[in-house]
Amino acid sequence: MSRVIIINLVRFILLVFLQVFLLKNISLYNLSTPYLYILFVLLLPFEIPNVLLFLLAFILGLTVDAFYDTPGLHAASCVLLAFVRVLFISITVQKDGFDNEPEPTLSIMGFRWFLTYALVLTLFHHFFLFNLEVFRFSELEYTLTRLILSSVFTVFLMLVSGLLFFRKKERK
Amino acid sequence: MRNLLIFITKYNAFFLFLIFEICSFVIYVKYNSFQKASFINSTNNVTGNLYDRADELKGYLTLREVNDNLIRENARLRNQLKSSLYIDTVSKKMVIDTNYKQQYEYISAKVINNSVNRRNNYITIDRGTNNGIAKGMGVTSDAGVVGKVIFVDKHMAIVQSLLHKDTRFSAMLAKNKEIGYLEWGEEMNPHKGLLIDVSNNAQPKVGELVVTSDLSLFPAGIPLGKVSSLNAKGGGFFLNMEVNLAVDFSKLQYVYVIVNRFAKEQAGLEAQEKKDE
Repeated sequence: MSRVIIINLVRFILLVFLQVFLLKNISLYNLSTPYLYILFVLLLPFEIPNVLLFLLAFILGLTVDAFYDTPGLHAASCVLLAFVRVLFISITVQKDGFDNEPEPTLSIMGFRWFLTYALVLTLFHHFFLFNLEVFRFSELEYTLTRLILSSVFTVFLMLVSGLLFFRKKERK
Repeated sequence: MRNLLIFITKYNAFFLFLIFEICSFVIYVKYNSFQKASFINSTNNVTGNLYDRADELKGYLTLREVNDNLIRENARLRNQLKSSLYIDTVSKKMVIDTNYKQQYEYISAKVINNSVNRRNNYITIDRGTNNGIAKGMGVTSDAGVVGKVIFVDKHMAIVQSLLHKDTRFSAMLAKNKEIGYLEWGEEMNPHKGLLIDVSNNAQPKVGELVVTSDLSLFPAGIPLGKVSSLNAKGGGFFLNMEVNLAVDFSKLQYVYVIVNRFAKEQAGLEAQEKKDE
């Protein structure tokens, strides 16, 4: 139990640092900006209580907001992300499988499931984030282009990180 | 009552979602309209310190470029010095000119946090009320206009960059003084701006310099950019044109905050007027 907490704590700090000091400065043609930090919410264990899940998502959002100078924006998107996560997992995963599948990682759940999972959640998060940030419909076309390209970038980074840790576990 | 409790526990995810979402929205809307939620931004101690550290590291990587910029700026300032001396000695009638020089004071500041790739971009600088910075002051760099101060703390301030959907500066064409507004275009290109609402008599040319007008919070004549294309989209009765911005926002490191001395005097006068009433 304490191991799970430590792992998630380290993951939280690492992802926020990565997002704030590296990925914040990356953008391809001003269209594609990765928001990898949401991987933290994606990788929380299956059996986490809903209260804790929402609280953690909210705190993660606020932390990133503090660095991005946009209080509430990322927090709102992260809470939505947590809600979509609850729905998605309740639809696709059977409850009795929880004992041997502690975390929804790439190495445990398989490539196809994880890809759908990451793609759906990322799309929801980015859609909400970009539209809330712009807050007008006149630029919808442009926002959608940004949404799709950024989602592709984010999911790509998620898969890369998943594969990195996939190898490590097998070697053990 | 019992059924209600069962209902709520059964769909607890949805209710939790509602609670936290509403919290986030309250924070978001509050900050956007009043800049009140000041504790969650990059001027607070923790994030400000971290940004400071990261920026120190970054500073070393760009020393050469900064040096080049400083040399260029030194050269420019020296030129100005000579020319102003020349004007002073030749004709002492230019009273207005000398007054102008006293009106504005420049405070140098270092950029410690910056972004160009979002719809609304902000810049954090390492000077605050302790150094005499107040809300609403203009900010420029060696190349041209950067933005205006929207939030000040003791040691830091946040600048609303020109790359922001709400930023609008009064501008004019340098040659024929036709006035318009400069704002950021919808394509979110950090090198392009739009000059809008210019009178139809203007007859602008590609490559013409666009500078701040007398109506802006900057001294008149600070460069904003150069006209790059005359047929910008949109535009009703007046001329719109695309402008290549003078400042490269992605490489911004040092800026100047402009203090308008007459602004204090003006505010003081107005306060006195109110007292008399």
